[in-house]
Amino acid sequence: MAAAVRTAECGVRVGIVDDNATFGGQIWRGGTPDGDAVKWHGLLRDADVTKLYGKRVFHQPEAEVLLAEGADDICELRYTNLVVATGARERFLPFPGWTLPNVMGAGGLQAMVKSGLPIRGKRVVVAGTGPLLLVVAAYLRKHGAEIPIICEQASWSSLARFGAALFGYPDKISQGRQLRKELAGVPFVANSWPLAAHGGQSLESVTISRSGKTDVIPCDYLACGFHLVPNVELPLLLGCQIRGGYVQVDDFQQTSVKRVFCAGEPTAIGGVELALVEGQIAGLAAAEETAEARKLFGERRKARRFAALLDRTFRLRPDLKDLPSAETIVCRCEDVPYSRLQEHRSWRAAKLQTRCGMGPCQGRVCGPATQFLFQWNPDSVRPPVFPVRVESLAGVGKSGE
Amino acid sequence: MSSTAYEVVIVGAGIVGAACADEFALRGMRVAVVDRDVVGSGATAAGMGHIVVMDDSEAQFALTRYSQRLWQALRPELPADVEYEQCGTIWVAADEEEMAEVQRKHGYYTRLGVPTTVLDSQALKRLEPNLRAGLAGGLLVPEDAVLYPPCAARFMMERAHKSGTQLVSGSVAEIGQGRVRMSEGIEIAGEIIVNAAGAWSSELTPGIEIKKRKGHLVITDRYPGFLRHQLVELGYLKSAHSVSSDSVAFNVQPRRTGQILIGSSRQYGAEQKDVDHDILRRMLQRAQEYMPGLGSMSAVRTWTGFRAATPDKLPLIGPCPGDTSLFLATGHEGLGITTSLATARILVDGITDAKAEIPIEPYLPSRGWKESVHA
Amino acid sequence: MPSSQSRSMPSPVTLSVNGSPVAVPAGATVAVAVAMAGKACRTSVSGEPRGPLCGMGICFECRVSINGRRHCRSCQIVCEPGMEVKTEVKANG
Repeated sequence: MAAAVRTAECGVRVGIVDDNATFGGQIWRGGTPDGDAVKWHGLLRDADVTKLYGKRVFHQPEAEVLLAEGADDICELRYTNLVVATGARERFLPFPGWTLPNVMGAGGLQAMVKSGLPIRGKRVVVAGTGPLLLVVAAYLRKHGAEIPIICEQASWSSLARFGAALFGYPDKISQGRQLRKELAGVPFVANSWPLAAHGGQSLESVTISRSGKTDVIPCDYLACGFHLVPNVELPLLLGCQIRGGYVQVDDFQQTSVKRVFCAGEPTAIGGVELALVEGQIAGLAAAEETAEARKLFGERRKARRFAALLDRTFRLRPDLKDLPSAETIVCRCEDVPYSRLQEHRSWRAAKLQTRCGMGPCQGRVCGPATQFLFQWNPDSVRPPVFPVRVESLAGVGKSGE
Repeated sequence: MSSTAYEVVIVGAGIVGAACADEFALRGMRVAVVDRDVVGSGATAAGMGHIVVMDDSEAQFALTRYSQRLWQALRPELPADVEYEQCGTIWVAADEEEMAEVQRKHGYYTRLGVPTTVLDSQALKRLEPNLRAGLAGGLLVPEDAVLYPPCAARFMMERAHKSGTQLVSGSVAEIGQGRVRMSEGIEIAGEIIVNAAGAWSSELTPGIEIKKRKGHLVITDRYPGFLRHQLVELGYLKSAHSVSSDSVAFNVQPRRTGQILIGSSRQYGAEQKDVDHDILRRMLQRAQEYMPGLGSMSAVRTWTGFRAATPDKLPLIGPCPGDTSLFLATGHEGLGITTSLATARILVDGITDAKAEIPIEPYLPSRGWKESVHA
Repeated sequence: MPSSQSRSMPSPVTLSVNGSPVAVPAGATVAVAVAMAGKACRTSVSGEPRGPLCGMGICFECRVSINGRRHCRSCQIVCEPGMEVKTEVKANG
């Protein structure tokens, strides 16, 4: 949104395309009573930007052309400059019972509630890692959920260091205070993670580990996510250089591919502030307003330091590698259990022999999990970067933009 | 430079290399198989896993039929993840000209003892309701089958391993004269060296005419019951015959998972692994012409692979001229899975002086060998 | 502060899940409708009941049939009146 707005301000013809039904992507989801969201939605609404919602980009058939699939057709998008802001997704780690209905990501459950899922009076255990846990817990509580506990796998000392480092970020401190108020009375435990989820047809209780001891907590939902992984599939398809799992960009957010820019979580997991400033820089750079873009470098430096802080604080502890049992399903699309994966020494071998990663999620769930469990690296990306109808791949039903 | 000695060293752990290793090991020989990637990772990973009798020539028929019978015999020993399914093939005729070809094939196969049934337009629709209306009919070959090749290759390598076969990981720089020299310098000595490197065979043995013939495939999400047989349009033969141009043909396969595998395409001179958007579109449009219902299905993945093609469309199986230690088991084009077992038998029978079960002359590398091509 | 909504709440949407009617708030997704009907969205290849995991359209666990079209990601689709939703009971043929 930020990129589109700033580019449009420069009088350049710009379009924005997103799979979701309306603006805001995954986090702002069509409107959140949040200052930044309201401000940027207003700017976007008034800007001269062509909005293409409900369309999934899936392929680049030739240079400077993208194909996006909608509900009943596909559209061809011709561009001179491209800003990729594909965001991030939650990291899921397998543990016994994690496939039970009502075990969801933290952001996942929040998204479901935002989409109308009734949560009032329900008990929700929140677990995993990252600042998202607190945001989600506060949101759910505000909508009437009961939160028996929040389990953060990071250590108390990591969190203390994080807290101390926040002194450089007054915004974050006030956000933190607000969250603390909203979560008053909710037990928050560090050094804690889920060991198993239990239930028949759906979740009934969760066993958690807290500093070596176990606890069984009856609940209706488990909101569990282990921080975020960047969505680099489209940048990979476009040929962008990736380093350490993130898209490499220069000072102007340009990737290794000329006139393809990348902003937000795919370059580093840094939250809303970093995404907004990178988005603006990318938008301005795409419109060749380099002087204007430079003005935002300081703000970006600061936001990037926060990203590095997040990365350090919420690193996954090795204990989490012991969570899956032999029967625990790791690839949910193809139901491949942990024991079958342990027979193989590479992602490629495991994929060919067990089908892990060959399902519709295209490795988006099992990829980060196996990367953590086995240090496997996924192989290259092929179109479609997202499952689409056969007729869309066949080029049927095309309209041009 | 260290050196290890085997009776047989096979380059290539694809389905052909694995089948050969299995056969050599069965006869008590000490085998090493060398591959720079995982077992079954080349065309073996990319292909359709079709076990099919073909009648382009007597020699092709003999090899495919012999091998199909070997697969049938092996079937009870195959583990579940090999997903062997005798779903049969239907060669689909769009018009009367193709129906004439159906009759010809039916006559040919009947004479040679392969059970087939001619299907008229109604019978075809009954067997495969999702084919479009207005097709002329087809030929059902009920003994054809499909399987999942990477697991079949792994199964054969594991069996060979139980008899002592070693799998060596690494890139090969040079082969011949009784040894395989790896890129990092190590040499593996073998009385018998087998080039089973598929699309890369001519890099290791200059002088053999193997060209890469690129193919594309698409796999859908699960739609159980949509398709029962492997379906191939008779126009496929025109595509496989053409030596120079890019072509697509309607060819779909049901997986045991309920997913539909959609092919096929053939391109010469395309060396890049990238998915070619134009060919993919043509291929899928062709598929939709035959089965319109495919259009709204979810396509989950696309990929490419390289078949190893020879000028006369028959594989190279047997001793390589000019080097008494070197043997070839390559050039299988789109029939690698089908003919892997027969290839192994013929090769090993030849080396151990056992009597071959079919005439081997049509597959000998010495046919049309070019003496002059050595750097 | 008073609510900014001066108009009345939009009326609920009625659709069918596995043949039974379900009423959901306007704007709710099909995944929510399936949850409110007390059903799991799909059955995995080894027979496990599955529901939404990621809530954002990338995990594919929320797939259902909508108006005859299979494998729709229900968490990404807003309910429309009269939609016929069927949860996927059998994964394999």
